[in-house]
Amino acid sequence: MSLKRTDVLLCCGSGCVSAGALKLKEKLLQEIVKRGLSDEINIIETGCMGPCDYGPVMMVYPEGVFYKKVALTDVEELVEEHFMKGRPIKRLMVQESEEVYPTKKEIPFYQLQEKVALKNCGLINPEKIEEYIATGGYEALGKVLTEMKPADVIQIIKDSGLRGRGGAGFPTAMKWKFVYDQKNDEKYVICNGDEGDPGAFMDRSLLEGDPHKILEGMMIAAYAVGAKKGFFYIRAEYPLAIKRIKIAIEQSKKYGFLGEAIFDSDFAFDAEVRTGAGAFVCGEETALIASLEGKRGHPVLKPPYPAISGLWNKPTLVNNVETLANLSAIIINGADWFSKMGTETSKGTKVFALTGDLNNTGLVEVPMGITLKDLIYKVGGGISEGKKFKAVQLGGPSGGCLMDEHLSVQIDYESLQQKGAMMGSGGVIVMDDSNCMVNVAKFFLEFSVEESCGKCTPCRVGLREMYLILDRITKGEGKPEDLDKLEKLGKTVKELSLCGLGQSAPNPVLSTIRYFRKEYEEHIFNKRCEAKVCPDLVHFLIDKDKCLGCGLCAQKCPAKCIIGSREEKYEIVQTDCVKCSTCVEVCPVNVIEKLSGQFDASPKQEFKKYADLYE
Amino acid sequence: MYKKILEKYEPKKENLISILHDVQDSNEQNYISDDAVWEISQYLNITPSHIHGVISFYSMFSFKPRGKNVIRLCESPPCFLRGSENILAKLRQLLGIKIGETTEDGLFTLELTACLGVCGNAPVMMINEDVFGDLTEKRVEQIIENIRRRAK
Repeated sequence: MSLKRTDVLLCCGSGCVSAGALKLKEKLLQEIVKRGLSDEINIIETGCMGPCDYGPVMMVYPEGVFYKKVALTDVEELVEEHFMKGRPIKRLMVQESEEVYPTKKEIPFYQLQEKVALKNCGLINPEKIEEYIATGGYEALGKVLTEMKPADVIQIIKDSGLRGRGGAGFPTAMKWKFVYDQKNDEKYVICNGDEGDPGAFMDRSLLEGDPHKILEGMMIAAYAVGAKKGFFYIRAEYPLAIKRIKIAIEQSKKYGFLGEAIFDSDFAFDAEVRTGAGAFVCGEETALIASLEGKRGHPVLKPPYPAISGLWNKPTLVNNVETLANLSAIIINGADWFSKMGTETSKGTKVFALTGDLNNTGLVEVPMGITLKDLIYKVGGGISEGKKFKAVQLGGPSGGCLMDEHLSVQIDYESLQQKGAMMGSGGVIVMDDSNCMVNVAKFFLEFSVEESCGKCTPCRVGLREMYLILDRITKGEGKPEDLDKLEKLGKTVKELSLCGLGQSAPNPVLSTIRYFRKEYEEHIFNKRCEAKVCPDLVHFLIDKDKCLGCGLCAQKCPAKCIIGSREEKYEIVQTDCVKCSTCVEVCPVNVIEKLSGQFDASPKQEFKKYADLYE
Repeated sequence: MYKKILEKYEPKKENLISILHDVQDSNEQNYISDDAVWEISQYLNITPSHIHGVISFYSMFSFKPRGKNVIRLCESPPCFLRGSENILAKLRQLLGIKIGETTEDGLFTLELTACLGVCGNAPVMMINEDVFGDLTEKRVEQIIENIRRRAK
């Protein structure tokens, strides 16, 4: 690769690819060839840069100009103006209320971020081992193999305070020690890349954006515990991640980082990729091991823990992708450097996936201990469309919902647990006030019901019962005793389930009952859905005084339940309405309103309506 | 029939899921036939019932013939919050099929999937191995149109 005057880093993470980054690359190359600039400009595919909402994004060096939402139609201007004449295009830069942010370090999204695991993501070409080595890659492995004993490696990780990033936050060094202590010639390391939590995509981005770092991390862990063989277990939904990690394994074999006598030491190691086939429960370590052995992914009772008896009944270390991504930096920079970041009990940084009703969705890495408020408003740019914050779901379907009074809570393992949420894998789903919390809880529970493997009764039957109750409530058939029943059932399922799925699946329901009890009660007692989401608890009304009588609503109504004429104006036959909102959308004068609560034609309500009118 | 695929793998039970993926991908109708199950069971020396159990456990495997293009629309909360329901309605209207069904011309099968991990660009769907994000009803129309045109 020759040196060229301009490097264009084009984000080719899955987010940007889904927004058309590959077509953009093609067009850029065409344009560059057409203008004879092939010897001057480099187009480099990188991993995820973070702000997926801006996709496709790119950075142009040496200036470091950051462009967002680059469309195919922008390419000609971009090449002509910026690449040829050196005049960066302002309208493609990140702008927030008049302010223009030409480069990455000025953009508010990046301000509070501290990148350790994600350091190389978006900066290097993940399919080139040379670029990884150029950023100091495999140096940590070299140091470990040539200067340190396995026990020293475990000690440095212990001193750093690193805890598992997959969800539970178990101290990494302690897990390692268990495997290390087993006297067995055959041990295994598994990288858990079965990232199934809805709303979490850090593992995907790490595997796609910096696969060598994960491989290096796995080898450091393997050396520490005495394993000679490793498996990457990656979901089949992530084909690009699978491809990239396979390339990484091939390349490091060529360079001698995998195989016999690595760095001329006694350490030999080999790694393989295995894929899942669409089963959420396989993210649980014992289910994952069953799947790796070619079986249905059913979890088994612990103990014995995989550290004692795991894959093929041998001692097995299962570490999450993000955990492995932190290792090389800790080895190189030392335990003190790492433990200076974060809080007393939660050290280092954590990658979060910001999604939902936010201005800046995407992948961010911040020091532990940041408040929810800073994460949502400073990094995430606040709630989109100027709406109001209502709730945030942390930790996917196993986590809990928190509300506005919790915005000052520090993000660390213990603080979140205290409030009934959990760190989980780091998915942060932000919801604005147009969401109904009962409906949201039902939605998360539906996910867990579907993904329950069916092995143990509390999870299989208990979750289903909870779902049926919630479904009833959203349909306006809730009973006064339902809330107590839900809480009791939820606690039972949590206590008696075999694996983490059942033990945490009731959390969204329990936490929403805890913090949004009023909303549940509105549904049950008053048959009202304030957010106007639950179809059975809303109704539509046409303001006859303002109706033009055009009849468009009657024409478009799929249930044919709007009757009337130009003279008499139109009205809705409430009993036949399917609550599809079509009439509201088509009304040219906006006089059809969606109202909370079931339709009640009794005179009392009519009276109240007029009373409102004269207020 | 599947000899070539099977020979790529050592006859060990641990390779079952990888073999099933390969067998399914090699089939024009994107499914695993009874014949295939029988052949795999002979090769790995495990019972067909075990293989059936595995196929039915994992949502990405199918016993039923499917279309050339398997559309998997993400049904997870981040996509739901951004209107995946409308996208589903649009897809059903365009294809004229329900979830789990295949179009008569054998071109499309419509499925739902757990999170695809592209939540920053929700709502998202995957067609075979390609991911399409920031979906709008209009964009869905274009995507389906493009595939139909290419198939002709």
